[in-house]
Amino acid sequence: MKRVYVNEEWCLGCHLCEYNCAFANSGGTDMASALRGKPIFPRIHVEGDDRVTYAVSCRHCTDPICVKCCIAGALAKGEDGVIRIDRGRCVGCFTCVLVCPWGALAPAEDGVMQKCELCLTNASGEPACVRGCPNRAIVYEER
Amino acid sequence: MKNYVIIGNGTAAVSCIEGIRSVDGKSPITVISGEKYPAYCRPLISYALEGKAVPEKMNQRPADFYEKNGCRVLFGTKAVGIDPENKTVTLEDGSCLPYTKLCVAAGSSPFVPPMAGLDTVEKKFSFLTMDDMLALDAAVEEDSRVLIVGAGLIGLKCAEGLAERVRSITVCDLAPRVLSSILDEEGAALMQEKLEAHGISFLLGDTADRFEQNRAVMKSGKTVDFDILVLAVGVRANTALIRDIGGEVNRGIVVDTHMRTSIPDIYAAGDCAEGFDSSLGTNRVLAILPNARFQGECAGINMAGGERTLKNAVPLNAIGFFGLHSLTAGSAPEGCEVFEERGPGKIRKLYTKDGFLTGFTLIGCEERAGIYTSLIRERIPLDSLDFELLKHLATTAAFPHEERRRKFGGAV
Repeated sequence: MKRVYVNEEWCLGCHLCEYNCAFANSGGTDMASALRGKPIFPRIHVEGDDRVTYAVSCRHCTDPICVKCCIAGALAKGEDGVIRIDRGRCVGCFTCVLVCPWGALAPAEDGVMQKCELCLTNASGEPACVRGCPNRAIVYEER
Repeated sequence: MKNYVIIGNGTAAVSCIEGIRSVDGKSPITVISGEKYPAYCRPLISYALEGKAVPEKMNQRPADFYEKNGCRVLFGTKAVGIDPENKTVTLEDGSCLPYTKLCVAAGSSPFVPPMAGLDTVEKKFSFLTMDDMLALDAAVEEDSRVLIVGAGLIGLKCAEGLAERVRSITVCDLAPRVLSSILDEEGAALMQEKLEAHGISFLLGDTADRFEQNRAVMKSGKTVDFDILVLAVGVRANTALIRDIGGEVNRGIVVDTHMRTSIPDIYAAGDCAEGFDSSLGTNRVLAILPNARFQGECAGINMAGGERTLKNAVPLNAIGFFGLHSLTAGSAPEGCEVFEERGPGKIRKLYTKDGFLTGFTLIGCEERAGIYTSLIRERIPLDSLDFELLKHLATTAAFPHEERRRKFGGAV
């Protein structure tokens, strides 16, 4: 399946992916009015130090430990391999945060968990972090 | 063709079914379910009290799960005996079910210590099952005074679930602190403070000595008047079926890393089993949902003739109250080194021994905790990464460049 990968030697650490992610999932049509003056809760985050940076989002693991450990049956892997969260079932217990080896799950503003679902169902239609990466460090491809 | 029988219908049983079916798509599976419901997400019962979950949406799997997996489920039936010679399971009604491979996933039962006058209490509840929750849910009223005996995970989640629904809640425990099985004094104090801020009162280092209808007389001599009593002292693994036939039983049914009991063709998984805890290096009962998942799947695969071992099980507890979350994993073995960092409402403690991370406690700083968990489960030597960085932040930036490229460079 196609997944999001980041080439850390090309990552500028500009955090634009975080803003593009937050906007794509905001349901808004104008980035400024959707995000201005508000804390953002992106599903991708930039890690690293002053030498190297890279963006991390859900790896859509083949054998996902978050799905196994979810106490609410909120996380599931679809037949397309994409791991999705049913936010209506999530109770915000943080078990997925406790077990994800990538640190790829975090709560939204409402305390309910959210995660990268590859922008397949939002208005972006393709990963917004990839499309908006100015140095093409983030790619969406089969490996 | 085999004949699989699973005693129990919780998380371990569901995962056992999936484990079997990943190897053997055909042979019949019979599930003996003491409860009358399809497998549900047990930890959600406190959220159901609170209204954050509803019973109809607590199912672990879609409605056609059993049918699709060729399972016959005997709801509301209990196994009362096993005959390992003839390889049969005896049910309550005296009938026998033959098995080729058997998995005991019988869970645990509430442990109620002898307390004088308990029989004089009209409204008393355990809090472990859907039916316990429904009974308690039906009994509470706006002006109820609730006494919960036990300040562990079950008692406190019950308290949180009821907090907005009743007049008062008092929690007592013989231990001097809340959540004594997973938190030290400092961490427990932080969680207790949060609970108290939401109107929950505590009597710690004290417990009910006797009951006189709606009054508890504590060991200290204090009295607590209540309308509803919840008994959440603890749970005991359901081991009798294996103990009765001479199988090895300790606190739980002893299993090896294949989930085999000491009796041929009988496996055990979940809260009733006592398996290997790699953070301690010894066997122990890990009565947590993730472990039931791992053990059940492991048992199922091996029962069906596949090969799977479980060697990296560790305690994993995410528990939160009113928005304050405590994430703990692994253990703090004797002689471990402790690295601590504190802030207002925050505690980060990492436990290391012999160059490995063995456990941690994170309260109020839960970000990316799973990175720490992976270091414990995968036993990654700390000298292979930037542990100084990890002391303050869970980040994959602590991995060496090449290792990180490998980890992030392909499908996992």
